[in-house]
Amino acid sequence: MSMLLEVSGVSVSFDGFRAINNLSINFAEPELRAIIGPNGAGKTTFMDIVTGKTKPDEGTVIWGERNISLLGMSESDIAMEGIGRKFQKPTVFEDQTVRQNLAMALKNLRGPFAVLMHKKTAKNGVRIEEIAEEIGLLGSLTRVAGELSHGQKQWLEIGMLLAQEPRLLLVDEPAAGMTVEEREKTTDILKRAAETRAVVVVEHDMEFVRRLNCRVTVLHEGSVLAEGNLDHVTSNPRVIEVYLGRSHA
Amino acid sequence: MNKTFIAQNPSVLWFLAFLGIFTVAVTLLSEVTGVDVISTSFVKTLGKTLCLCLIAIAMDVVWGYCGILSLGHFAFFGIGGYAIGMWLMYARTEGIVLDSLAGQALPATPQEISDAIGNQIFGVVGSAEFPMIWSFADSLFLQLLMVVLVPGLLALVFGWLAFRSRVTGVYLSILTQAMTLALSLYLFQNDSGLRGNNGLSGLQNIPGFEATPQATISIVFFIASAVALGAGYVFFAWIVSGKMGSVIKGIRDNEARVRFLGYHVESYKLFVFTITAIISGIAGALYYPQAGIINPGEIAPIASIYLAVWVAIGGRGRLYGAAIGAAFVSLMSSWFTGGGAPDINLGFYVIQWTDWWLVLLGVTFVAVTLFFPKGIGGLFDYLVRKPE
Ligand SMILES: Nc1ncnc2c1ncn2[C@@H]1O[C@H](COP(=O)(O)OP(=O)(O)OP(=O)(O)O)[C@@H](O)[C@H]1O
Ligand SMILES: [Mg+2]
Repeated sequence: MSMLLEVSGVSVSFDGFRAINNLSINFAEPELRAIIGPNGAGKTTFMDIVTGKTKPDEGTVIWGERNISLLGMSESDIAMEGIGRKFQKPTVFEDQTVRQNLAMALKNLRGPFAVLMHKKTAKNGVRIEEIAEEIGLLGSLTRVAGELSHGQKQWLEIGMLLAQEPRLLLVDEPAAGMTVEEREKTTDILKRAAETRAVVVVEHDMEFVRRLNCRVTVLHEGSVLAEGNLDHVTSNPRVIEVYLGRSHA
Repeated sequence: MNKTFIAQNPSVLWFLAFLGIFTVAVTLLSEVTGVDVISTSFVKTLGKTLCLCLIAIAMDVVWGYCGILSLGHFAFFGIGGYAIGMWLMYARTEGIVLDSLAGQALPATPQEISDAIGNQIFGVVGSAEFPMIWSFADSLFLQLLMVVLVPGLLALVFGWLAFRSRVTGVYLSILTQAMTLALSLYLFQNDSGLRGNNGLSGLQNIPGFEATPQATISIVFFIASAVALGAGYVFFAWIVSGKMGSVIKGIRDNEARVRFLGYHVESYKLFVFTITAIISGIAGALYYPQAGIINPGEIAPIASIYLAVWVAIGGRGRLYGAAIGAAFVSLMSSWFTGGGAPDINLGFYVIQWTDWWLVLLGVTFVAVTLFFPKGIGGLFDYLVRKPE
């Protein structure tokens, strides 16, 4: 199986503190993967590195069949390569409508002049409605995103990811602050998205991860502690010690 | 431009209608028609005000919509003024020189003519040589090109350096201030080639129209300013609506998020910064022939700060707000500082508005920022309910 993303030997330090320590992790396409780990394990920092926000001190990040290195590429170029990201704290454009948020994310030319000359097309309109349907916001297209509930904002952000049509989706804590019902719906959206692409979900909630029913990677102190299905990793004594032992104490 | 553009931006029609009526009314009431209710000097004030409205909407696009608090846009305005001023001064002086040499027995050589013009223009700074930057001053067309090109190129280079290094927020504001300060200090020098602190003067005299009364010239410039403002309004409304508007507002609200959507944020900022600089240059080129004089003081950092104050008082993030703010505050300012406002005698102290106007303006600015962040333009929200 050829790899979509290969991260190997990556380390990054902040003021001498090693947030990521010789991390190696690979993703195939399609694939659904959960990443768990205690607070400060480096999950968000890992996403920062892949998306170009943080430059690692060492290691390689190789992408796609052309084996290009993502290091040194700008955030926008990496996004254009097909990597979408949802932030831990939901970030949608609160001043703008759901439709505008989705339209901005929709896969189209990204240059200023192309955007200036952009015409609304029926095709784009249909696509926006499909995505809105998928994330349960079809009835809210004209609402201003700032008025949405917390859960709806999370979905909108996932919808914006889908609109980008990325090959790899990095989703940071999508279920935070959601009700049980909302969580179930979120799992369904992510599972469907993972049918055709790689989806990487960081989540603390074990029930949520169990429902994703996928391969799990446990991060601890910036490197991989264990990998396998959820039952396999949760029965690993070291995982119990550093992660479950602590958070369920 | 299609139906949906106007339908989505009803303010454009309202603005154009108001501007049109205003322009016709002022023209009819001016000296030109013989009605003479509005004096020629007030027509000039109104024409200048329209130019300030134009730079204010440009400022609103760069600051209110794109979130870049530029404190240097008046530099572009001034450059536009200097560019047109060079032609005005050159061509007029040339006319005078040719007239005075016409009586001589021997026809003057081109060199003599050029020296005589140089002497007239640069005598005040103890020079007679034409500096390099005056190379195109004899061509109206080329100087008009400069009105657009020089601000555009300066903004492009400055913006490219600043945005590329991801300078944002207050640091960027300081950098833009430094730019305008440096430009103004440079122009103050006698050897800057632009007559140092004397600046360029006599700009109200349009070469070739010596016989035309100022009443007519002022109305022509007034109407030209109105047309420029109207066109600028439509142009900027077009830019900030639609998808472009979405992206630049996105940049204002969360730059990083826009980047992760795949947009090259720096290009957008550069685009907005440059296009607004160009429009500012055009506004300046229309303003200074009405003002009659331009000097480096006009480019001083404080001018650009006033610009931000106008936009804030008028209401950021809505074009008509910026125009209203600029018109309102600048007209108030000339009323208060021009001795129009009666002094207030408190018995123990006399409030003279020439001194106290700035205090009043400062207090208003703080009050608006704290209590009415939507500014004067925000009042329209009470009148019109936005269709969902
Ligand atoms: N820009 C930064 N500067 C300094 N330290 C940082 C920076 N980013 C992350 N860190 C540190 O690196 C470590 C890993 O942080 P990270 O946010 O990746 O953890 P996480 O696994 O996402 O945790 P959580 O579950 O709380 O979201 C933390 O100790 C954090 O304080
Ligand atoms: Mg995190």
